[in-house]
Amino acid sequence: MQSIYKSLTKIVDEEFVSNQKEELYIYSQDPGMMEPHEPDFVVMPKTTEEVQEIVKLANKEKIPIVPVGGSLSLSGLVIPHQGGIVVDLRRMDQVLEVNEESRYIVFEAGLTTGKLKAYLEKYHPLLRFSIPDAPPSATVVGNIVIHGQGRLTQQYGFNSDMVTGMEVVLPTGEVCKIGSGSVSPYWFSLAPLPDLAGLFLGWFGTTGIITKMGLKLYPKKKLRDIEVFAVEDPNLVPDVIQRVTHTEMSEDIFTGAQPYPPVFKDIIMIGILLTGDSKEELEFKRKMIWDALQCHIDSKEGGFMMMTPDVKQDLLEMPTSSTTRFADVKKGGGFEYCGPIIPVEKFPEAFTRLLEITKKYGITFGNAGRVIGRSHSMMFSFGYPFNRADPENIERTKNALHDTNVASLDIGGVPWKPEVPAQKMIMEKMDKSTLELMQRIKKVLDPNGIMNPGNWEVE
Amino acid sequence: MYELKIDEKTCETCPTFDCLVRCQYIDIDKDTAKTEMKKMISGEDSFVLHDCVTCYACEEYCKRGNHPFYLITDLQEERGILPMPKPLKTQFVNISVPTRRDIIQFYGAEEPVISLCLFPQYTRLFSEEKLFEELSIIIGRYFFCHLMYLHSGNPSLIRERLPKIIDNIANHGFKEVIFFHDECYSTLTSYTTAYSIEVPFKPIHFNEYLYNKLKDQQTKIQPLNAKVAFQRNCSARLTPNVEDFVDDIFNLIGAERVERQYDRENALCCGGIIRGQQRYDLFVDVQTRNVDDMLNAGVEYCVFQCPACFDSLSEKVAEKGIKPIMMHDLCLLAIQGSDK
Amino acid sequence: MMYDYADQIHRCFKCGYCKFSNNYTDFNCPSYNRFRFESYSTGGRLWLIWAWSKGEIEWSEHLANIVFSCAACRNCVEQCPMRFNEDIVDWIIGARSDMVEKGLIPASVGEFLDNIHKYGNPWGMPRNERDIWAEGINRYTIDDDNEYLFYVGCVGSYEKQGQQMAKSVADFLRTTGVSFGILGSDEDCDGNEVLFTGEKGLFRELADKNIEKFKELNVKKIITLSPHAYNSMKNKYGGLGEIKVYHYTQVFSEIINSNNIELSDLNIKVTYHDPCFLGRYNSIYEPPREIIKGIPGVELIEMERTRENSFCCGGGSGNFVFDLLGRSSNSPSRIRVREAYETGAELLIVSCPSCYCMLEEAIKTEGLEEKLMIKDISELVIESIKNK
Ligand SMILES: Cc1cc2nc3c(=O)[nH]c(=O)nc-3n(C[C@H](O)[C@H](O)[C@H](O)COP(=O)(O)OP(=O)(O)OC[C@H]3O[C@@H](n4cnc5c(N)ncnc54)[C@H](O)[C@@H]3O)c2cc1C
Ligand code: SF4
Ligand code: SF4
Ligand code: SF4
Ligand code: SF4
Repeated sequence: MQSIYKSLTKIVDEEFVSNQKEELYIYSQDPGMMEPHEPDFVVMPKTTEEVQEIVKLANKEKIPIVPVGGSLSLSGLVIPHQGGIVVDLRRMDQVLEVNEESRYIVFEAGLTTGKLKAYLEKYHPLLRFSIPDAPPSATVVGNIVIHGQGRLTQQYGFNSDMVTGMEVVLPTGEVCKIGSGSVSPYWFSLAPLPDLAGLFLGWFGTTGIITKMGLKLYPKKKLRDIEVFAVEDPNLVPDVIQRVTHTEMSEDIFTGAQPYPPVFKDIIMIGILLTGDSKEELEFKRKMIWDALQCHIDSKEGGFMMMTPDVKQDLLEMPTSSTTRFADVKKGGGFEYCGPIIPVEKFPEAFTRLLEITKKYGITFGNAGRVIGRSHSMMFSFGYPFNRADPENIERTKNALHDTNVASLDIGGVPWKPEVPAQKMIMEKMDKSTLELMQRIKKVLDPNGIMNPGNWEVE
Repeated sequence: MYELKIDEKTCETCPTFDCLVRCQYIDIDKDTAKTEMKKMISGEDSFVLHDCVTCYACEEYCKRGNHPFYLITDLQEERGILPMPKPLKTQFVNISVPTRRDIIQFYGAEEPVISLCLFPQYTRLFSEEKLFEELSIIIGRYFFCHLMYLHSGNPSLIRERLPKIIDNIANHGFKEVIFFHDECYSTLTSYTTAYSIEVPFKPIHFNEYLYNKLKDQQTKIQPLNAKVAFQRNCSARLTPNVEDFVDDIFNLIGAERVERQYDRENALCCGGIIRGQQRYDLFVDVQTRNVDDMLNAGVEYCVFQCPACFDSLSEKVAEKGIKPIMMHDLCLLAIQGSDK
Repeated sequence: MMYDYADQIHRCFKCGYCKFSNNYTDFNCPSYNRFRFESYSTGGRLWLIWAWSKGEIEWSEHLANIVFSCAACRNCVEQCPMRFNEDIVDWIIGARSDMVEKGLIPASVGEFLDNIHKYGNPWGMPRNERDIWAEGINRYTIDDDNEYLFYVGCVGSYEKQGQQMAKSVADFLRTTGVSFGILGSDEDCDGNEVLFTGEKGLFRELADKNIEKFKELNVKKIITLSPHAYNSMKNKYGGLGEIKVYHYTQVFSEIINSNNIELSDLNIKVTYHDPCFLGRYNSIYEPPREIIKGIPGVELIEMERTRENSFCCGGGSGNFVFDLLGRSSNSPSRIRVREAYETGAELLIVSCPSCYCMLEEAIKTEGLEEKLMIKDISELVIESIKNK
């Protein structure tokens, strides 16, 4: 082990290599509720070459290696279940290129969503990316690796649908470019080549370490506003979503339900964000959306909520820190959520299951859903705050999480960014040939099974 | 049960039917008003019950001491007519249920005491601002007047919950309570009177207190010499008797309440409730007319009495270059202008 | 005994908001910037403290370094979106107190506290050298009718940059006819850093001693050179009664405004570094800027991170002495002077003796001496008066 430490300090400046208890402890866990496991080393490389050398070393020594971004996916995807080397990528956070005409950006894998937002605001105020509501210390790549969703997902799909290129260090140490960037100096598109990006998206780092990424940027309008449509009956939600997406007038559509504070009790909110370059544009879009929902207004079953300016401000914030504040609801420093991707018409069923589960376990909840594409699917989160200092509460929440995964699959959804037990449940249900294909791909890319072991793994 | 005191005969012999004729949101001539009023008095349906935006104004238009608006709201509830969508009504109902954050006892609160209703954002002002330093504060849902259910079609909830609230306040032994929110004051004077609900303490309107305070400090006032528009809020219609304080305050601080079309009895609703009723076009129309009227009057400030009106109209006002400001802030400006 | 952080500290979600400046332009926690391991971020530190308090990890020198490398700059308090944000620094101090009580602190911190205990200053310098800089400056006595006690503090008394500052502050007061006196060799450490390193007992002792001295001398108003002293006296001492405490920039700003002091044109581009204990701790953002902008020909170019968002020099809570954040190009002071230089300013202005030492040193290390000067506000003002 000492020799591996030595080798690591030859690759990366010694300051950025640690095998001390404190770093091992911190990198043994994420803020979710999966069992921690300590790595043997933590390293923070600065360049692709350093990453490459680290991977080669791990591959030669057959020790596990786990790429880490912001560690905020909450489902233990960065926990080194079998020890080994944790590679914290956040020293690699440079923006390498912004192409304003072809609207794409190339950047390093450790760039945080917060810094990218600030960078674009400062240097390219007419461009934006699909920022998720994760804390700003989440990395853009980490978010994309797990098929995250953000503010532009209703318009343009999963954030992973916006990738235009990558540079990847393969588990065997080769550095490989994906997309147009492999042929041309321009990282504008994955097409028309065979789509190799799929070998790394949704794989949780088990097939290689992404070191650079190309990503689509989108027009940024000057003004933003929000309307929140409230209903009591979950059965109405899919229709509301249908009608609003039909207008093609909104930036982002989310759902929210929570029993506390009282003003949100017993209602389901459908947040509809609007953008415009002028007041007129904004008003036009607003009017279209109001008109689209007139039938629910006429029946008195739904209506646009009255909001104080501070509530509005909260909802317009990017990322919305109120999502993060959910962790303090129980004054317990944590929340866990299962956010299956479901067909939109399954909202009512998912909602019913959510209420059943929280009732069964006597826990509180927050639902936050996000429409993906023009109602092509949605993320439906069953979110449960828990108290880190209360083992009994943790146990109950864990059981609720288990039931939630079961329910998600039951209703025909697929758990998003599943923790290892949920991955197993998915794989059990998965078409056998598909599973076989997945395992074969993994084996080909990572013959020694060093990459984030435990994930997408059949025993 | 608390019954509305309304006198049929007074309406039958009414020479004007002003309550409905003067309504700014329903176009009604005198004859129709007579018919509809008759229907409503006998508990029948009327289009008024469906079209009313719940602006409270008819309560003021009636100069014969009757309660047309309270009648409307009771009938709406009786007949299951919802002025607002169900989920918003649900929100209204839930919003006033006390939570852990509400404090039932304000230990040591002593007269003079002010009730801040559900506006915690003003706690600091009233505990730190020199002008108000003598005041103790009560605040929160245990002291919430509940009058908002006049907007959501379930006024019986007011009668159900209000007596407990009155008890909560009275149990502190207060003889006089200043009410920051005009709506609370109106509840405890107009509404309670109309329904014979006993109020064992004396409610004081914030403007009365403010006026007296300013009077005491008159020497410190630097007249603002500014033209202002005043945005009357709905509950002001219930208590026109305290309206004079507004003008008196303005006189003291050198604010000129410019004559304009939509002021005083002709005032327009801030629009918040109309939007809540999902009447978007009307909402835009009302706000636009109101703000244009302020513009035409050449005012520098739009002065708000009610924080909710402020929330719904201030942005629009500011967009047109008029400064939105709360009444007390305007007064502080006149008093502190010299220091700052 | 564990201090009261132990049953609250688990509330940190390790979400990392606190690493940033607002708007997320940069990382703004000095120790995270310096080391970049999650363990050195606010969240990592809080999680480690919790783990230690539960007995999940053992104490180690490395753990202590992590805990004491927090500069107590309060950026995390500013940025954390949770309702407990105001308590974060207190939690860290609580853990330090536990470590201090158990004698489990980094050697350099131990020495720091020992020296203050024995000599009244963190370097163990002789007490009688405290006023070595103060030739010709009056002692504050009960008999003279002095308006202010000028409390100089340790850095002002012993460090070169601090002494320069102390002199020019004194110079200004004299020039503008303000009566004041100093305590000279009777002065003791103000205790702010002692408190923030967790030595609560020693802090109380120092505070009580100082309060007693002030009262004996019938002091009415105190001017502090250092924002650190200002903070402890104003917010932490308790028991000062009617005695009013000011940072010198507040007094300067007042005097310049009311006395119409004439200032000459300096023709220079400057930038200003907000010290944490003036800014984030006490919301004093304007007075220093008013002074700077009031000098003719001085153009103030703000750094990207200013005011609530200021990036700490890394000297807070004793680090200007034991410097657990030093020795790297990622040391906060070096990052900060690069940022100052990038504004295009020729002069970096400070208003805290600790910042002065930290940043002047960093300018040298960065090889920027020829390109970026550094001065304290009082020096700038004096220059502008003297030029007259
Ligand atoms: C309050 C809160 C709100 C959230 N809101 C949203 C939201 O709105 N939308 C959303 O999509 N998500 C959301 N999330 C989930 C998650 O935090 C984000 O998706 C986040 O962007 C994940 O990024 P990360 O850097 O933390 O990834 P990590 O958790 O660090 O990593 C995720 C996975 O990717 C792998 N990985 C990381 N970097 C690389 C790399 N360079 N190469 C290969 N593999 C890599 C890791 O091994 C791990 O398996 C939220 C989370 C929280 C706590
Ligand atoms: S309520 Fe008043 S105004 Fe209306 S009809 Fe009756 S008496 Fe006349
Ligand atoms: S409350 Fe207003 S809208 Fe309703 S009838 Fe009376 S005046 Fe007309
Ligand atoms: S201190 Fe606050 S902002 Fe920082 S990690 Fe903890 S919860 Fe997040
Ligand atoms: S006080 Fe400053 S140095 Fe300490 S944890 Fe907070 S941000 Fe970091």
